[in-house]
Amino acid sequence: MSDVLVLAEFKGAEPKKVTLEMLTVAREIAADTGGKVIAAALSQDAVGVGEQVGPYGASKVCRVNGVSQYHPQGYAEVLAKLVAEEKPDIVLLPATAMGKDLAPRLAAKLDVGLASDIVGFRLEGGEFIAKRPVFAGKAFNEVAFLAKPALATVRPNVFSAVPGEDGAATEEATDAAVGEALTKLVEKTAGDEGQLDLTEADRVVSGGRSLKSKENFAILRELAEVLGATVGASRAAVDAGYADPSMQVGQTGKVVNPSLYIACGISGAIQHQAGMRTSKTIVAINKDKKAPIFQLADFGIVADLFEAVPLLTQEIKKQTQ
Amino acid sequence: MNIVVLCKQVPDTESKIKLLDDQSGFAEADIKWVLNPYDEFAVEEALKLREAGKAEKVIAVAAGPKRAEDALITALAMGADEAVLVEDDLFNWAEAYQVAQALAAALKEVDFQLIICGKQAVDDDSAAVPGMLAELTNIGQMTVVSKMELNDDTVTGWRDVEGGAQEVLEGKLPLIVTANRGLNEPRYASLPGIMKAKRKPFKRVGLADIGLSSLEPKTKVVGWSLPEPRAEGKMFEGNSDDLPQRVSEVVKLLVDEAKVL
Repeated sequence: MSDVLVLAEFKGAEPKKVTLEMLTVAREIAADTGGKVIAAALSQDAVGVGEQVGPYGASKVCRVNGVSQYHPQGYAEVLAKLVAEEKPDIVLLPATAMGKDLAPRLAAKLDVGLASDIVGFRLEGGEFIAKRPVFAGKAFNEVAFLAKPALATVRPNVFSAVPGEDGAATEEATDAAVGEALTKLVEKTAGDEGQLDLTEADRVVSGGRSLKSKENFAILRELAEVLGATVGASRAAVDAGYADPSMQVGQTGKVVNPSLYIACGISGAIQHQAGMRTSKTIVAINKDKKAPIFQLADFGIVADLFEAVPLLTQEIKKQTQ
Repeated sequence: MNIVVLCKQVPDTESKIKLLDDQSGFAEADIKWVLNPYDEFAVEEALKLREAGKAEKVIAVAAGPKRAEDALITALAMGADEAVLVEDDLFNWAEAYQVAQALAAALKEVDFQLIICGKQAVDDDSAAVPGMLAELTNIGQMTVVSKMELNDDTVTGWRDVEGGAQEVLEGKLPLIVTANRGLNEPRYASLPGIMKAKRKPFKRVGLADIGLSSLEPKTKVVGWSLPEPRAEGKMFEGNSDDLPQRVSEVVKLLVDEAKVL
């Protein structure tokens, strides 16, 4: 029997998609092993959580009041207490900015190991074995847990969120008193609301050094606008100063997982491939037909990007209207 | 005050990863080992703080097998003042918690106010050692920052979060800060730097020396695999004249076949 505790993350009053994805994973584990799913909700905005998470398989929601603002020690303290009370066999956190910050601290507090950013799992004789990418996806590790609870962060957009039977989870509210935050949030600046972060984007248009200048990225932005895509860049383009470091796709940049990835003037270095090879469909535009990117591409166009990209923008407009 | 920079030795990101015949790990034969690129940002930031007169010494610390000494020598050649290696073969693909426990034990002997390290190592991508170390040493953490300022007894850091948003955080010293791309441009080790590195203090300790008789594993890697190869794609070659046609055909395939538009 494996009970699974899921840390629910919210955006405003709504559970994030990754929360529902984790609950779906947890429900599958619980169903297979005869355990139950418990959701932990620490956000003060989260009202009516039981009704939101119930259909995804949570039978109970532990609402903890008193740590309204996330800080790693506070959340780790609260979760460690919940683990001591609920004694779950498995604890799942989202591999988001918050979850990645928190999970290692929680692991050390619980004196257990951690499998970060899992993208798969299997149950072997009821034992939870997690699959996670290493070398940015050039290889995978399967990780078994020798200490209880098994603790893992779950990569967003990998598992599907599937509601099961109707029904609300029961809610139990408790108050927590935690130590003073060692790191405090002073201010949060909003990102570009119109554009999703590369790691969350469903469509990505990336440019390489062949773009030749920062200004020339405008042709990629025009294509991205038609597609509702986010613009990325290769390391060579970032190093040349054509693109912001936050736009870098690759092993030392962002790992993307969109349904459509369009690589424009990118040769396809191994470290770049590691960051985008799991994209569902890859289109590559490059002058050099021997460029390694074409080995990954579903559709390869051998052409000058300055000719091909504007044509592609027009053609997509035409064919999708 | 002194700054500790944590250094991990990892395969260069241009390395092709091949598995051993028995799938028990990856083949190290053709691997070029380097200092973790994110740790380079950490070393650079520490050196800049020292050069600005805000820190006295920069101490590079690693846990690794013998070959990891090269990563520390890189840090010394960049300009770090001293190095400490917790040397044991156990640290070859060790789990993050074992590394964090060893570093916590080694740091008991080190006088520091600030730890800087990469946001993750580009080999196992766990991004777990810093947070674990913060908890084990009971200090604050500030992860994934692309800008930081060291004040009298605090650090202000700009942390990158989802959706291109940024959080501005303030953390009390002692503190561990993890570096993201964008924090700075790491310098290259100069030739004189490399020569000098050989004469700088370099301390090697074993687990027993730092009071650890054993490090119980909490997780175990039970399998390695490579990603499925991608299906062969379609190539559209030609000249400028037929380019509009080729582009049109690709878009049609994206709509009808791949169904992504």
